[in-house]
Amino acid sequence: MKAGDVAYFRAQSVSDAVAAFRSCEGDARYLAGGQSLLAAMNLRLLTPDLLIDIAHIDALRGIERRGGEIRIGALTRHAEILSSPIIASHVPLLAAAAPWVAHPAIRNKGTIGGSIAFADPASEFPAVALALNARIELDNGDSVRFVEAQDFFLDLYETAAEPGEILSAVWFPVATPDQRCTFDELARRRGDYAIVGVAIVADFSGEIVDRIRIVFFSVGSTPVRALRAEAALTGTALVDTDIELAQQALAGDLSPSDDVQVSAATRMHLASVLLRRQLGKLPVPTPKAVRA
Amino acid sequence: MNKPLSRVDRPNSYIGKSLPRPNAKRLLAGRGRFVDDIQLPRMLHAAFARSPYAHARIVSIDVSAARAAPGVRRVVVGSDIAKLCMPWTGTLRHFKDMKSPPQSPLAIDTVVWAGQPVVAVLADSRAQAEDAVELIAINYEERDVVVGIDAALAPGATLVHDALGDNLAFQTTIENGAVATAFNDAAAVVEVDLRFGRHTPVTLEPRTLIADFEPGERALTVHHSTQTPYQFQDIYARHFGLDESRVRVIAPDIGGSFGMKLHVYPEDMAVVALSIIAERPVKYVADRGESFLNDIHLRDHRVRAKLALTQDGRFAGMRVQDDTAIGAFSAYPRTSAVEGNQVVRLMGAPYQLTNYRADLRVIFQNLPQTSQYRGVGHPIACAATERLVDLAAKKLGLDPFEIRRRNYVTDEMYPHTTATGYRFERLSLDQCLSKLHALMDYPALRAEQAQLREQGIHRGIGIATYVEITNPSPAFYGVGGAHISAQDGCVLKVTPSGDVQCAISVTEQGQGTETIIGQIVADQLGVDRERVRVLTGDTETTPHGGATWACRGAGIGGETALQATRKLRSNILEIAGAILQSRPDTLELADGKLIERETGTVRMNLGELAALVYFRSDTLPPDLKADLTVAQHFAPKGFPFAFTNGIHGSLVEVDVETGFIKLLKHWVVEDCGRIINPMLVDEQIRGGVVQGLGAALFEECLYNDAGQLMNGSMADYLVPMAGEIPDIVIAHVETPTLDTELGAKGCGEAGTSAASGAVLNAVNDALGPLQVQISQIPMTPQRILRALGTVQ
Repeated sequence: MKAGDVAYFRAQSVSDAVAAFRSCEGDARYLAGGQSLLAAMNLRLLTPDLLIDIAHIDALRGIERRGGEIRIGALTRHAEILSSPIIASHVPLLAAAAPWVAHPAIRNKGTIGGSIAFADPASEFPAVALALNARIELDNGDSVRFVEAQDFFLDLYETAAEPGEILSAVWFPVATPDQRCTFDELARRRGDYAIVGVAIVADFSGEIVDRIRIVFFSVGSTPVRALRAEAALTGTALVDTDIELAQQALAGDLSPSDDVQVSAATRMHLASVLLRRQLGKLPVPTPKAVRA
Repeated sequence: MNKPLSRVDRPNSYIGKSLPRPNAKRLLAGRGRFVDDIQLPRMLHAAFARSPYAHARIVSIDVSAARAAPGVRRVVVGSDIAKLCMPWTGTLRHFKDMKSPPQSPLAIDTVVWAGQPVVAVLADSRAQAEDAVELIAINYEERDVVVGIDAALAPGATLVHDALGDNLAFQTTIENGAVATAFNDAAAVVEVDLRFGRHTPVTLEPRTLIADFEPGERALTVHHSTQTPYQFQDIYARHFGLDESRVRVIAPDIGGSFGMKLHVYPEDMAVVALSIIAERPVKYVADRGESFLNDIHLRDHRVRAKLALTQDGRFAGMRVQDDTAIGAFSAYPRTSAVEGNQVVRLMGAPYQLTNYRADLRVIFQNLPQTSQYRGVGHPIACAATERLVDLAAKKLGLDPFEIRRRNYVTDEMYPHTTATGYRFERLSLDQCLSKLHALMDYPALRAEQAQLREQGIHRGIGIATYVEITNPSPAFYGVGGAHISAQDGCVLKVTPSGDVQCAISVTEQGQGTETIIGQIVADQLGVDRERVRVLTGDTETTPHGGATWACRGAGIGGETALQATRKLRSNILEIAGAILQSRPDTLELADGKLIERETGTVRMNLGELAALVYFRSDTLPPDLKADLTVAQHFAPKGFPFAFTNGIHGSLVEVDVETGFIKLLKHWVVEDCGRIINPMLVDEQIRGGVVQGLGAALFEECLYNDAGQLMNGSMADYLVPMAGEIPDIVIAHVETPTLDTELGAKGCGEAGTSAASGAVLNAVNDALGPLQVQISQIPMTPQRILRALGTVQ
C-alpha cells in the first residue's frame, strides 16, 4: 500500500517546527527517524496532512553530562546509544536495553525521542525511562518544561506532551556506585517486540536492597511498574524466598490482556519467570566486597 | 553413461562442480529487472476494493466518487469483467467427483473470503488508485462464516457455496492389504492427532504483473512474476478468447516463488481484463498486506493416524485420516486437492508396509485458497509418519535409528511399489540413515543429552526420513485434463563467433536453473561455460514446456538440455569432418576447439567453423546438412516419478519454564541422484530447511471465527530470520536415476519436506522425560507451556 498524500516541511529549528505545527489546519506530525510513523502511514493507519521533519535540527542532538544527569538529545539514534561510552558508564540500564531494540537497520534510523514520544508499550526505551524515572524535556518553541517519566506515559500511545510540543531531550540520572541494573526480554525472534520484558534498577546498601524499581513492558497500555513486587523486595537481600514473594506480588501489579498470539495467563507466567531470573542475575554487591 | 560425465579432469567438465551463478553479481548489484522495474508507455495502475467480510452478499456498489477522483481512468465491477473472461474451475478429472464452483476475477453477488477483490480501479498512479478505492461505497449483507474444519463438516453447517450442497470439495480413500487384521493382531498400536498451522509462502518479490493488450492485432503481452509462463499463455488465451500465438508471457527476474506463483489469482485475470478494456498497459503489484490476504495459503491439516506394531518392532499396518481445509475455492489450474492426495499417498512411504488405509477429506471454508507450495503434502506426511515411528520406538524401547533401519524398504526390494501405488526405482534409505548417524555423532549427542538433563537442561534429538516426488510425468496433471506440460523443450544455437545460446522452457526464480543448464550444455558440448548464454521465461523465444515446479528443473530440463547438446555436438562434428576432411568420430570438441580425438591436436576453433557455415556456405560440400541450431524435447518415459529420499536430524533445547525452543543444529543427508552443482543443491536444501523450521516454530496465519486474518503483517506473522537459524550440515548420497542419461532427480523440496518433522520429534524427545508431548506446529512457547500444563 502507498501512503496517502501528505505535505512535507523541513524545519530548521524547534520554533520553526512548532510554528509549522500551529499553523497547520489539519493533522500535523513531527517526523524524526520515521521508523514507526512512516510504517503506520504506509499502512494508512495514520494519514497526517503535514509532516514536519525535525531530523535536521542540530539543537536536538548530542549526549552530554549535565551535573548528576545525562542529557540525551531527542534525535540521538539507537545505534549511537548502543556505542556511546558516556551511556555505557553512566546509564548502564539504557546501554543494556539498546541491543534489544529491533535490528541494526532500524537502530540506525530510529531515535530515542521518537521512541519515547511514540510511547509504544512494547518498546524498550520507555520502560527504561520509567525504571530510571528520567526527565522528559518538552519544548514548545518558546520555553521548555520537564515531565518525569512516571507522569509521562498516560495510556496507549498517549503521553503528557501537549499538542505541538516537541520532545527535545531525555535526562537520565547518573548511576551511583551502589546501583545495579538488569534488562531482559522474551521475544520469539531476536529483534521483535517482546512478549514480555523487564528493566530493573536497584540501589544497595551492602547486600540489602534500599530501593528497587521494576518496570515491565509489553504487559499493558504503558510500561508498568511492579510496585508490589518492589515493596516485597525492598529491605531484603534477594534470597530465593524474597524473590518468591515478589513473584506472588506480581499478580497484583500486572494485568496483561490476551492477544492473538499470547494469552494473559501465558504473559503473566512469563513475566514471573523473567522476574525471578533477572533478580537472580542482578549483580548484587558481594558480601566480601562490602565488608572490605 | 555415468562414466563420461565423471571425467572431471577434462576441460569443461562442469557437471558436479560448485560453480557460482552467472546472474548472482547482477542481482546483488541491484541490477535485477523484476516486473515492477518495467515501465511501459501509457501504463496505468490497478488497485482493488476488497471484501472486509469473509462471507457476505453484495447489496450495492457506488463507485461514482471513485470515478471522479484525480487520475482515475476506469472503475470496473465484477459484471463488467465477467463478459470478457471465461470463469475458471479448480477441478481435475483424475480427482473423481471433485467439486469447486466457477470463479470470476471480481466478486459478483457474493464474497466468500475477506480480501476477495470486488471492484478494480485504474489510475495514473498506484497511489491515486488507492485513494479512489477508499471512495468506493459497497454495502454488504453479512452471512454466517465457516472457518474451522469441524464446523465445516458438521451436519447443517454453514455452506461456503450454497449450490454445492456441502463443504466437501473432494474425498478419497486408499486401501491396500488387510488393515483390520493387522490392527487386531497388533502387539501394540501408537497413534497421533496432529494439527498443522495454515501458513503462506512470503516471497521477497510479491505477485506482480503488467498486462499489455494491443487491440490492432488482438495481441496480449503479460510481464508476469510467475514460474510457469507457458501455463499462463494457455490460460490467458483460452479464458480471454485470444489466439495462443498472439499471447506472450514473459517472466523476467523473479524474487522467489516456491509454488505460490503458479496459481491463477483473481487479480491476474482482472488486470488482463482491465488492459483489454482500457487498451493500455496495466500494472498490479500485490503489496505485503494483499500478499497475506490473497497469496495461496497452505498446509492447514489435521492428521489422525495409527500404526500397528508387531512384537519385534515391525510395522504391521497404518490407518490415516487427513482433513485439510482449502479456503473458499480450489485453486486453478492445479487444484487444491493435490496436497492432501500426496499426504495420504506418502504416509509410511519409506517403510515396508502393506496394510494401509487412508481417508482424505478436502474441505471448503470462508478463507483464502490453499494450494501447492514447496514440498506439497510432503512435510505433513513426513511429520505424521515420523512422529508415529518415534512413538513406536518409545513404546517398544527401541532407538529411533534402529526402528527405522528395521522397517525401511531394503536395497534388494527395488523396484518397489508402496501400499499406495507409488513406484520407487531405487532409494538409499539405509545408506542415508547410517551417514546421518555418523554425521551427527549420534552416540555423543545422546551422552551429552543425558549429562545435561541432570543439570535441568532439556535437549532433544529428532530425526525424520522423507521420500520426495520429483521429475513428474503427465500422471501428475496431464491425465487430469490440465494444460500443464510434463515435457520440456530446448533450442541451442551456435553464434558466428562460436558462442552458444540456449533457450529452454525451465525457468529461473533465484534457485540457479540457468546456472545448471549452462553447466550441462557447456560440459556436454565442450565449450567454456562463459560462452553459453541461457535464456528462460519467455513464451515467444523459448520452446513450450512445463517450466519449473515440483522438482523438475534439473531432472527433466537438465536432461532436455543434455540431449539437445549431444545433438548439436553431433552436427558440429559432422560439419567439422567435412571441413577438415576427417571422419567425425576421430574429432572431439573441447574448450571451444575441434581437436583430434587421439592426439589432442587443435584443428580449428568452433567460431571458425560457425563463420564458415554462416558466411561461406559456398565452401562447404553442397549435400552437407550444416545445422548449427537444434531443437530437442524430452518427457519422462520410465517411472512416473523419480523418487528421492533423505533424512534430517535436529538438535533443540527446550526451556521448560518459558516454553521457548532453541534450535541448536540441523543435519540433512539427501540423495537427489546426479548432482550437477553441489553448492546450488546445498543452497536449495538450506533454503528449504529454513522454510521447514519456519513451519515448525513460527509461521501461522491466525484467523478468528469471523474469518479475519489477525496477523497479516511482517511484524505479526513470524518468518524465521538468520538469528533463529542454526548451522545446517549437509551430506549427500548419489543414486542417479537410470531413466535419463543425466541421472538427476529433484532437490528443491527436500529441505522443506522433513525439517518440521525432525524438529517436532526433537522437541518431543526433549519433553519425553516430563511425560508430555506436543502435537501441533508451529510449536509456540504458549503451546509448549500448555503441553507442560504450566498455563491453561
